[in-house]
Amino acid sequence: MTIKEQQDRIIEDFEVFGDWMEKYEYIIQLGKDLPLIDPKYKTDDNLIRGCQSKVWLHAELQDGKLVFSADSDAVITKGLVGLVIQVLSNQTPKDIAEAEIYFIDAIGLTSHLSPTRSNGLLSMLKQIKLYAIGYQAKSIQN
Amino acid sequence: METTATQNIIWPDVELIRNEFPILQQTVNGNPLVYLDNGATTQKPVQVIRSMQEYYTGYNSNVHRGVHTLSQKATSAYEAARHQVASFIGADHTEVIFTKGTTDAINLVASGFRKEFLNEGDEVIISTMEHHSNIVPWQLACEEKKAHLKVIPITDKGELEMDVFESMLNPRVKIVAVTWISNSLGTINPVKDIIRLAHAQGIPVLLDAAQAAPHIQIRVRDLDVDFLALSGHKVYGPTGIGILYGKESWLHKLPPYQGGGDMIKHVTFAKTTYADIPLKFEAGTPAICEAIGLGAAMAYVTQLGIHKVQAYEHQLTKYAIEQLSTIPQLRFIGEAKHRAAAISFLIGDHHPSDVGVLLDQQGIAVRTGHHCTQPLMERFNIPGTVRASLAVYNTTEEIDRLVQGVRKAVTLLG
Repeated sequence: MTIKEQQDRIIEDFEVFGDWMEKYEYIIQLGKDLPLIDPKYKTDDNLIRGCQSKVWLHAELQDGKLVFSADSDAVITKGLVGLVIQVLSNQTPKDIAEAEIYFIDAIGLTSHLSPTRSNGLLSMLKQIKLYAIGYQAKSIQN
Repeated sequence: METTATQNIIWPDVELIRNEFPILQQTVNGNPLVYLDNGATTQKPVQVIRSMQEYYTGYNSNVHRGVHTLSQKATSAYEAARHQVASFIGADHTEVIFTKGTTDAINLVASGFRKEFLNEGDEVIISTMEHHSNIVPWQLACEEKKAHLKVIPITDKGELEMDVFESMLNPRVKIVAVTWISNSLGTINPVKDIIRLAHAQGIPVLLDAAQAAPHIQIRVRDLDVDFLALSGHKVYGPTGIGILYGKESWLHKLPPYQGGGDMIKHVTFAKTTYADIPLKFEAGTPAICEAIGLGAAMAYVTQLGIHKVQAYEHQLTKYAIEQLSTIPQLRFIGEAKHRAAAISFLIGDHHPSDVGVLLDQQGIAVRTGHHCTQPLMERFNIPGTVRASLAVYNTTEEIDRLVQGVRKAVTLLG
């Protein structure tokens, strides 16, 4: 699936929720289900410092695609991180670098992107883009 | 803190008070706003908002220099605000310096001590429960002067270890800078004892009264405190304004903080002589409107009666602790015997930010995180807390909403 298709699928999934509680129940479940990051990647280097919750993000290139794994000490953040990874993991660096991320807004979670929320989600999106641009530049050099 | 069945919480005018705060009359995420983040900043009554609007619509002008009518009016209002603040804390108006806030006030004192009184090998005493704003300025001063920052330890309940403090006092200590009320734990520190013990060895004391000002009466003469800092926005006033109180003798000894207009008597390129206190410390055009707003805020609290405010908040805090205690797995961080209206807690292993997000969805504003007291969080080995901090306009119904909200959050988090 393309990044756009992944986002549209999430938007469709979220349409069934009647109220905020169902929505957050789902996000919390996602957080609990997110495959754990390999402990060896849970390092300070991979730590994206938000003000409140910690997010660890690891990226590696597999067959020309960037694969992300992540973790957070807060379960809602972890669920949101899980959504971002669903959308952006297993895509080429070029596609990630060029992607427009619109699903967060569409599913009514824009407030989580506000810099004052400081839950690391905004920083994580930036970091993912940076990885993508970095790997893209590397592949052009090679 | 003792908790007994709390009924008859009497503040007959709480609805009248609420009506004076326009911001409280709104819904957030579909629910009537429950604002319990007063430790971070309080909301503003119409009296404060009106005073600031009147300034800009009626007599905005620069202070202390103009001969024209508006400037004289602005100067009178600005200086009247200083008198209002002075009377609020029981000081003389010449001892009240307008600053940007508590942080600015502490930096002013730390900067003066760095320049004038702190030398290699000297010591500065702070406590484990300080806000970063009462840690970092001293740390910077100590680093520059190769002095040592010493920290009063606290008990598991969140009280200062006073016997250790006493043993820390020695002739090398140049100042003791501690908070009156902890913003994270709500602990009310025994500041009179602290000041007495420090003074017995000739050591001056600075009190961070940012959290104290909205909740308890400040009488600087009774305390015999040397410096006291507070922020306007935490006591129903505007942001960007606060004060430093300094004993007159200390203010004469302390060198100017910043140079500029308004703080001078005479300037030549060879030498500048400084204005008398307090203007010596107020370089540049001050936050005139904000100072006037702060004066209005203090007049407002004075009119409510700080003792009545304290009595009401005490009962409300008791009620909140009692009700929150009924939530399984909830533990309080900070259980001091003497405490004010900031209540920090954690629930099981749930991250505070998760609880905060789910409370926000229900229109309940609390603070989550480390509250700018990272060393304190490390002391308790926690990432942060959920903090509900109360003000005079909060009600028992709002406490009930908080408790229901936390219960719902816990259910969702599973």
